[in-house]
Amino acid sequence: MELSEHIKTANVENVTLMRPFHPPLKGTLCVTSHHLLFSDRKEDGSRQLLVLLRNIDAIEKSVENLFGYPSYTSKAGPRALGSSGTVTIKCKDLLVLQLEIPGMEECLNIAGSIETLSSLESVTEMYPFFYRPSHRSLQGPWGLSSAEQYYKQRERLWDRWRISNVNSDYSECPSYPRAVIVPREVDDEMLFRSARFRHGGRFPVLSYCHHRNQMVIMRSSQPLTGANRKRCKEDELLLQAVIDGSELGYIIDLRSAQQAQQARMTGGGFESKSCYNHWKRLHRHHERGKVLQESLIRLVEACGDSLHSVDRWLSKLENSKWLSHVHSALSTAGLIAECVERDGHSVLVHGSEGTDSTLLVTSLAQLILDPTSRTVYGFLCLLEREWIQAGHPFQQRCAHSAHSHARLKHECPSFLLLLDCVWQIWRQFPLALEFSEALLLRLTREVYASDYGTFLSNSEQERCALGVKENTHCLFQSLLKPEIEEQYLNPLYECTDLAIWPSVHPQSLQLWTGLFLRWTDHTQNMEEARDEIWNIMKEHRERIGQDKNNHTSSIHCETFTPFENLMDELTIL
Amino acid sequence: MEHIRTPKVENVRMIDRLNPRRFTLGTLYLSSTHTIFVDNLEARKETWVLHSLVSNVERLPTNPSGSPLIIRCKNFHVYRLLIPQEKDCLDVLASLTRLSRPERYGELFCFSFNPNLDKELREKAWSFIDLKAEYSRMGIPRNLWHLTAANHEYRLCDTYSSELYVPKSASPAVIVGSAKFRSRGRLPVLSYFHRDTSASICRSSQPLSGFSARSSDDEQMLQAIMKSNPVSEFMYVVDTRPKLNAMANRAAGKGYENEDHYTNIKLQFIVADLVSPSMSEFLWGLENSGWLKHVKAVLESGVFIAKAVAEDGVSVLVHCSDGWDRTAQACSVASVLLDPYYRTIKGLMVLIEKDWVSFGHKFSHRYAHLDGDPKEVSPVMDQFLECVWQLRQQFPCAFEFNERFLIQLHTHIYSCHYGNFIGNCQKERKDLKIQDRTHSLWPHLWENRAEYTNPLYRTDHSQTQGVLKPLTTAYCFKFWKGMYSRVEKSMASHQSPADCLNAVREESQQLEEELSSHQERLSQLKKKTLGERKNTNRASEQVCRPIPNKGELGSPLDYFTDLRSETHPPSFTLPLVRLAPPTCGDPDDLSTCSDFESGVADLSSHSSSAGDDAKEPDSDEGVNANA
Repeated sequence: MELSEHIKTANVENVTLMRPFHPPLKGTLCVTSHHLLFSDRKEDGSRQLLVLLRNIDAIEKSVENLFGYPSYTSKAGPRALGSSGTVTIKCKDLLVLQLEIPGMEECLNIAGSIETLSSLESVTEMYPFFYRPSHRSLQGPWGLSSAEQYYKQRERLWDRWRISNVNSDYSECPSYPRAVIVPREVDDEMLFRSARFRHGGRFPVLSYCHHRNQMVIMRSSQPLTGANRKRCKEDELLLQAVIDGSELGYIIDLRSAQQAQQARMTGGGFESKSCYNHWKRLHRHHERGKVLQESLIRLVEACGDSLHSVDRWLSKLENSKWLSHVHSALSTAGLIAECVERDGHSVLVHGSEGTDSTLLVTSLAQLILDPTSRTVYGFLCLLEREWIQAGHPFQQRCAHSAHSHARLKHECPSFLLLLDCVWQIWRQFPLALEFSEALLLRLTREVYASDYGTFLSNSEQERCALGVKENTHCLFQSLLKPEIEEQYLNPLYECTDLAIWPSVHPQSLQLWTGLFLRWTDHTQNMEEARDEIWNIMKEHRERIGQDKNNHTSSIHCETFTPFENLMDELTIL
Repeated sequence: MEHIRTPKVENVRMIDRLNPRRFTLGTLYLSSTHTIFVDNLEARKETWVLHSLVSNVERLPTNPSGSPLIIRCKNFHVYRLLIPQEKDCLDVLASLTRLSRPERYGELFCFSFNPNLDKELREKAWSFIDLKAEYSRMGIPRNLWHLTAANHEYRLCDTYSSELYVPKSASPAVIVGSAKFRSRGRLPVLSYFHRDTSASICRSSQPLSGFSARSSDDEQMLQAIMKSNPVSEFMYVVDTRPKLNAMANRAAGKGYENEDHYTNIKLQFIVADLVSPSMSEFLWGLENSGWLKHVKAVLESGVFIAKAVAEDGVSVLVHCSDGWDRTAQACSVASVLLDPYYRTIKGLMVLIEKDWVSFGHKFSHRYAHLDGDPKEVSPVMDQFLECVWQLRQQFPCAFEFNERFLIQLHTHIYSCHYGNFIGNCQKERKDLKIQDRTHSLWPHLWENRAEYTNPLYRTDHSQTQGVLKPLTTAYCFKFWKGMYSRVEKSMASHQSPADCLNAVREESQQLEEELSSHQERLSQLKKKTLGERKNTNRASEQVCRPIPNKGELGSPLDYFTDLRSETHPPSFTLPLVRLAPPTCGDPDDLSTCSDFESGVADLSSHSSSAGDDAKEPDSDEGVNANA
């Protein structure tokens, strides 16, 4: 079925649009296969609104004069001209729009079309497959980084680690990319065995190698020890090869000890001390899946109501528990970083599946430790390697956001939590990151609904099968275009080689107002403050520039003067 | 001096606030004005704590390593000391307890503080803020308002200043009559005049109306105030008490204006509750303390007044019971919202001098300068400063001063370092000869204003101009971390964008100067080509931006201090050894936990997860860990 067949009414005139920061506006509403378009039909085209249908999380309609009140309708004519409907559109970027649509039939049609079109599940029908900006071709490079490139760029990996293509046909682990970095002395046969022993085939692979002491962060999924404590020789050897000689490594299990114990009943498990005797296991409980999603829903709900008293707001904020999830993510990341940097030991991180919290804490740990990942380029590379290629199931996790009434299936805002944690780090170290809040905000939007194919599908395998790389544009490439990158730079950036240890004291963690209260009034003053900072920095740079120019010209002068002096002398003679 | 039993204690440990296992060894000295801790390290860093800033001193039970002593300050600094001998500890405790509660004004530090200024400079310093100049800056029309001599020698009201501005149309008899009808003689007088609408903010105390009493003089007084605003037909009377309180006051012969007796007034109750004295309460949980709720209420009353004055052009008379706490809060918040001048460094000083000092806010009672009735103590001014801080959060570019300025003001209100905030009213200050015996704070702050400047402030910025219209939605109120959870310098690892911007500004200025000097040179060079060659003196050194020193970017101790004990340095002793369920955060969190910055009470991780860590899943490992 063609997409356009879902559209019952494409155009409605005289629609009133209400949105934050703007006065109500009358104009024409238009539904296309991928967009909702609103325009007031003025020449300058400044008052237009274009919403990606994919961005719409929930739609609520209320129709007045549905039936009944015949006296009114009869007066108004046969088609019930007086009737109108209000459609409330709640977007995944937390924007809430209201449309007043004249005519109840149109209203229901529009609402119906939006509902169907915004919840399509087929990846190839999504907008990135149709997005063709005129100035860009599909032939350009797709993506920034991969395990191979990471390996190539880091000489320190070369003697003890190697690239393995054991997963080249995605048969060992469907959610891993083709190439992974593993210890040099472990052959593909052993990897094969280890993959059998791990949940979803996610055997331990290298995620990060610390530039100071060559210690590494590995990630995997839980071992399938089961109730009868199965063992896998190859898996043990693989981990032995990771620490190679050093006496100790840490396994950070992202479940509580109790949960880990329980996981054995369903075939999962944990590395027991007797089998992995050089590894010390620490448990850190992290909430996953549904709990996180519900926490987000509660938080957004609390932020949406401006009539709360202070007490009510505070208790709602607390009850959402969102900030305690931020707290646990940051403190576990800090723990990992501390193991690596301070104690000089390697770390293996896993939860049960190794596709959510695991990625969250390993990438945060890298941000803490690695100065290169704090640049725009480095950060995007990190996201690509640690989230997109590492098989975070974006398609499932970001199908719905906080407003949706749909029953929760696999939704989970792990990636949003990552961005929030990065924001906390940015706020605590305003000079340490090259990018600004704007980049994080852009990513929160793109991950739920995008023109680009970067966040489509659940794994490299799926992306490959659907031809995502061939048929869509890459978000990261476009973000790195100089003129676009400029918008996302942090004017105060000052590169530092040190690890940045975020404070996890409860007083230090804040609500990310830029995201959760983005559509409330007080954002505007913040914008102005931000602009002011930019201006100061720009002025400063210009002045430095001028000063340099001036210098060169004054140097010019100085080289000239001797000649002129000579000339003068000559004429005098 | 007679209160100091042990002036010097050696080998005292000052315990790090964040990590109780870290400490610095040093010597503790007690002087008549300060507690001084000098550490034994090479730098010999000195920590001075003014006795008048000490809020309470607590001694914990002696343990083998010594007697712990906790000094809590009124500006929320906390010092933890470990004194080797119990006897010394008791001595220090006794001395500090006495010294931190002076009984006479003469004991206060400001009377002994002598920064070596000669008499002339001191006098000049006291005239740094001139309220007469301030009233003329407001642009008061001379035909409507004038300075009355009625309160000369404090004849009418001993808690007001001697210079009061009243409507010109009010005759001396009306003024005297009105003062008689007001509690403690605090008659309605001008606090702020808004030039754009000629509406004014006046303040007074409650009328002594009881159930039926009335005074025609007072009614005429209000009429005169209303008339002094030619365009409006009525005025607001804002009572900042809960209506119930106001009604209860009527039984005591006080109360509020009866709308039947006063023509053309609209009575408005805006509740701005005063907080109970114990401030430490709100460390239990921001929500339970209700602190932010109170701040919100104060801001809302200010917003109401500002709106009436600026938008409706209606004059407002503000009062509560005595007109020196809530009234001062409401008037000054409204002034900050209305007038950009009060958002500058000098302007805020003027505002405090006008609305708080001159109108008799009882500083010495409220901030416990002397040992007195604890019921009188209340953080009224704190609430005002916090309101200004909350506004600063909403309008980052609108204020000339930064957070540091507010914190500095807060400290000095409690510190008794300067004479400005000593005593309870102008008369008392005059009797104490404050101006002859102490120094003024304002010039001191003014000299250091570079430190207190907000880099984002620009006089021509849109936020700077006009009336501020803040949001008072609950989520706009934040916890003032900089004030309430202050951390010692050692932890001040966080990069401050404001400092960075200030440094950049300075550097830009320097570059600008350099540029102009280069341009000058260029033109010189062009002119006299024959000139002798000068050395390039471009090397004016550049200001360094505050790049953090090595290792200054925080320390990782937060994440598992609990898993470690001192005896096993690098290995994480597994939690089994400990009895208490460990937490991910620092144990210190427990005392200070409850985050308020974003308003969340207690987010530290001792939730359900914590207990799990204590149990090891397989038994074979439990043994291992115990060993």
